[in-house]
Amino acid sequence: MLRIEGLTVEVEGKPILNGVDLEIPTGEVHAIMGPNGSGKSTLSYVLSGREGYEVTGGTARFNGQDILAMEPEERAAAGLFLAFQYPVELPGVGNATFMRTALNAQRKARGEAELDAMQFLKLARERMKALSMSDDMLKRGVNVGFSGGEKKRNEILQMALLKPALAILDETDSGLDIDALKIVAEGVSAMRGPGFSALVITHYQRLLDYIVPDRVHVLMDGRIVKSGGPELAKELEAQGYAAFQAAA
Amino acid sequence: MTAAAQTGAAGFLARFEGLKDHLPGARRPWLNAMRAEAAVHFAARGFPTRRVEQWKYTDLAPVAQASFAEPLTMVQGALALPPANAPHRAVFVDGRFRADLSTMDGLAYRAGGLAQDLGAAEPFLGALAKPESEPLAALNTMLFEDGLFIDLPEGVDGGLLELVSVAVDPGRPFAFHPRHLVRLGAGARLTLIETAAGRGQCLHNPVFEIAVAEGAAFTHGRMLQEEATIFHLSTIYATIAAGGTYDNFTVAAGPRLTRNEIHAALTGPGAACHMNGAQMAADGQHVDTTTSLDHAAPGCASRQTYKTVLAGRSRGVFQGKIHVHRVAQKTDGYQMNQALLLSEEAEIDSKPQLEIYADDVKCSHGATVGALDADSLFYLRSRGIPEAQAKAMLVEAFLHEAVETVTDDTLRTALTRALDAWWVRQGRAA
Amino acid sequence: MPAVTETIETVQSVTDSGYKWGFETDIEMEFAPKGLNEDIVRFISAKKNEPAWLLEWRLRAFAAWKTMEEPRWAAVKYPPIDYQDSYYYAAPKQKAGPKSLDEVDPELLRTYEKLGIPLREQEILAGVEGAGGTPAEGRMPVAVDAVFDSVSVATTFKGRLEKEGIIFCSISEAVQNHPDLVRKYLGTVVPQGDNFFAALNSAVFTDGSFVYIPKGVRCPMELSTYFRINAKGTGQFERTLIVADAGSHVSYLEGCTAPMRDENQLHAAVVELVAMDDATIKYSTVQNWYPGDAEGRGGIYNFVTKRGACRGARSKISWTQVETGSAITWKYPSCILQGEDSVGEFYSVAITNNYQQADTGTKMFHIGPRTKSTIVSKGISAGHGQNTYRGLVRIGAKAHGARNFTQCDSLLIGDLCGAHTVPYIENRCLSAKVEHEATTSRIAEDQLFYCRQRGLSEEDAVGLIVNGFCREVLKELPMEFAVEAQKLLQISLEGSVG
Repeated sequence: MLRIEGLTVEVEGKPILNGVDLEIPTGEVHAIMGPNGSGKSTLSYVLSGREGYEVTGGTARFNGQDILAMEPEERAAAGLFLAFQYPVELPGVGNATFMRTALNAQRKARGEAELDAMQFLKLARERMKALSMSDDMLKRGVNVGFSGGEKKRNEILQMALLKPALAILDETDSGLDIDALKIVAEGVSAMRGPGFSALVITHYQRLLDYIVPDRVHVLMDGRIVKSGGPELAKELEAQGYAAFQAAA
Repeated sequence: MTAAAQTGAAGFLARFEGLKDHLPGARRPWLNAMRAEAAVHFAARGFPTRRVEQWKYTDLAPVAQASFAEPLTMVQGALALPPANAPHRAVFVDGRFRADLSTMDGLAYRAGGLAQDLGAAEPFLGALAKPESEPLAALNTMLFEDGLFIDLPEGVDGGLLELVSVAVDPGRPFAFHPRHLVRLGAGARLTLIETAAGRGQCLHNPVFEIAVAEGAAFTHGRMLQEEATIFHLSTIYATIAAGGTYDNFTVAAGPRLTRNEIHAALTGPGAACHMNGAQMAADGQHVDTTTSLDHAAPGCASRQTYKTVLAGRSRGVFQGKIHVHRVAQKTDGYQMNQALLLSEEAEIDSKPQLEIYADDVKCSHGATVGALDADSLFYLRSRGIPEAQAKAMLVEAFLHEAVETVTDDTLRTALTRALDAWWVRQGRAA
Repeated sequence: MPAVTETIETVQSVTDSGYKWGFETDIEMEFAPKGLNEDIVRFISAKKNEPAWLLEWRLRAFAAWKTMEEPRWAAVKYPPIDYQDSYYYAAPKQKAGPKSLDEVDPELLRTYEKLGIPLREQEILAGVEGAGGTPAEGRMPVAVDAVFDSVSVATTFKGRLEKEGIIFCSISEAVQNHPDLVRKYLGTVVPQGDNFFAALNSAVFTDGSFVYIPKGVRCPMELSTYFRINAKGTGQFERTLIVADAGSHVSYLEGCTAPMRDENQLHAAVVELVAMDDATIKYSTVQNWYPGDAEGRGGIYNFVTKRGACRGARSKISWTQVETGSAITWKYPSCILQGEDSVGEFYSVAITNNYQQADTGTKMFHIGPRTKSTIVSKGISAGHGQNTYRGLVRIGAKAHGARNFTQCDSLLIGDLCGAHTVPYIENRCLSAKVEHEATTSRIAEDQLFYCRQRGLSEEDAVGLIVNGFCREVLKELPMEFAVEAQKLLQISLEGSVG
């Protein structure tokens, strides 16, 4: 489970997160919504360990481990996955090669047996079928020339292969049409279960019609100002963020 | 041996000895010292031979073996000047400013002959030129008599100004070496349209020292249309400060040998330099564009696009070096050079060079060489256009593409006219 | 698993860290007196029992060398080389001409074993694990000519190849057994007076490989020479000559290592390739000479002249190289495209890390009509490395319809290194088409973070991205080399990020 207490974070000397408290029990899907500039992406980056985000106070523990003290790849091996808002391109690096290398690196770190090329391919094809992805995605360079929708689907495919314990989806729905949105949602839903938690960060409520969260939190000015059940998302949509600004 | 009989570098050095007490500014110690030092540099190296890397493809032997005297002291009679492109124009005959032929009234900034204004020019003259590295700049420093001196104060928009240079044939080989100084104060703007015309066996060796201050913008269009007996060897030194821009567009289509050498340095963040051109040569002609662009500050952008068209027995050269200094992160540099060969006897040599010491940069260059595209030709002919005309259309399209990037209408029209004039002279024949 | 891919694993278990091949072999050596003069040239020729014509050939080269000046135009800086302060002949002491591997000094064999180079054919054919794969497994064995310092110690599979009429042996042996062939081709692609280092090599070369593929024969296995500089204070001057007669095909692999030392050692080799009508020669190099330590001390000076002559119509010569070692690299594998419709290719990855300097590239001379050349060069600079690509594409007046495509890309890691491109394009033919492109890039923080978030360590991420950058070149390498090359890339860039 993920427990964040009093987390304050600065970016280039400017405070962005001003005391975030959040607890996601194992097996639950939580959503974070907030206006632009509220610190949503900052939260996802600081949890995954990107450089340039300075923790000035507070803690974040995942299954008892202090993840803020770990390198990005160590957090990944511990079960953390970030679906990027803007997935980067890796020219010349084959998609299959990349995913197999990542999977095996994590398995090795956990003392598990690595998969050979045949085993990996079998696993990958299974997952891709479930996500309605064609085989040739495997041969292309990672995200090279992918449309926005393809990039997001590639993120979900990686998630399905790496089987994280905690998935952070950073505005996964931005730029997607309804069909792509459904596939992404199905991919996430397929992973739901007792060993899987997710933090869905989104600006719009629409995605949450397909990935129904257990709890919804509103992030404003770097702090969680309100938490509630799934109906909170609908409230937000009806009233807008301004209403919550007053409560902050 | 008399000075007149000596050739090449020795000849020029001898002439310098004879002339130095009579050259403009002979009573100014600072200028005398500068000329003397230049003479020492020139004497040490002489004219560059093909063993010098930067002159590997251009042979200066015809210049080094000839003996050039001075132009006529007074040019009598009416002169045929090219048609005017702008309301203000500065006319130079044989490298000397001619107030009587120029129209400079009402200018909101200082612009005129350098020889009359040496006092004001002192802080700037020689600040950018490198006679120790470029022998032609050393030669120019030794023997320049006059040139255009422009100084725009902060924020002034100078609009359009023309620079016309005419060479008048005195019936024997002659040389002149104008020194042009262009200074733009912060935020100032100016478009300079330069035309070089003339005849005779002449060595025209101009040097430009151009300083563009913060946020200023200098557009420099050059049409080198001297006759095919003339050697035009120009060297431009330009520094561009933060946020400033220098746009140079050169059409070289006329002289027997054209060397268009530009050294530009981007010295402050956000400075930009665009260097473009079209160089054309036909039988017996040689065109050479050699650029050196220094990204010495972060966040600067540069673009270079050069087109070369070669007909008959001719030779074209493009050498373009981009040097990105260690501090110049976030550099955006692009260079493209395209050559079109129209005859079996043409030769193109191209050396686009990158020297990169910073890692967060976007730097690329491309070079293509070839003949007219067979598919395009066929397409035109299949639509009924005769072969000769089809070829002409494609060559024109290739050339005009080069001027597309010029935003100033007057300048673009003038440049297009220059391109077309060359093509017409080829009889529109491939 | 193919022989050379064992190199990394085998040697890693032998040495601690850093340059894995840095060990020295303790073995009895024979040296010529130090220095370079006509007597030394005669000494070398006599030691090898060479015919008079070859001694004359060497002496002419030496005379030419004395009149030449060391070239200084490459963008590499190194302190002056004292040519007299070196041994020009250093050979492992052994009985005259080993008739079989059993007669070769076991210490020598152990060295090659350490390097993972199989010299025991029996082991290979018996399918011993790690010994090279068996035909039964569908993997071809690799014939190896092992050169220890300046002397060829053993060549495997000679018998098998001889059955097809293929000659694969050391040059010394070829001079004894096939003098006419050697005389016909030696120096015809790189003449003695071609350049300073070629002249030096022509005078004092001690050994190298000789290959002759007869008409219509497709060489059934990859041929490989493994060079090892072991003795101190010696220069290595090997000479390789490969001749592919009409309609033949051969793929040749060159691998090299050297122990770690404080002083620099000179490697000035000459490689000549000749391809007749419809013949193909594929020459691959994975060069991992000692690059010098992290402060730039020691390391090999790699000054090599490699040239291929596509003499026949429709002939093809491909150069593929991965250069990760040597303190200073100065080499321009070239193709002379004489035969009509002949093809020249150059695929290269060059890495400079720490204080390495490389000035490398290729020269393609288009002489015949419809000749084609492709150049793909990937330069990676890290640390304080300086990497220069220098290429020449010259299209002659008669090369109608010739085509060249050049792509040179530079990857910079960190802000203390440099990447430079100096292409010369000279075109005298209107119907030829030349296209040249160069780009510069770096490994972005975002790309590194993306990989790390997926569980890859920073070093693995760099390795993955660099391999992606070099993919077009790496896929040209024969399988045997491809895996080793990828690992080599990773090792060479250790410590370059962060």
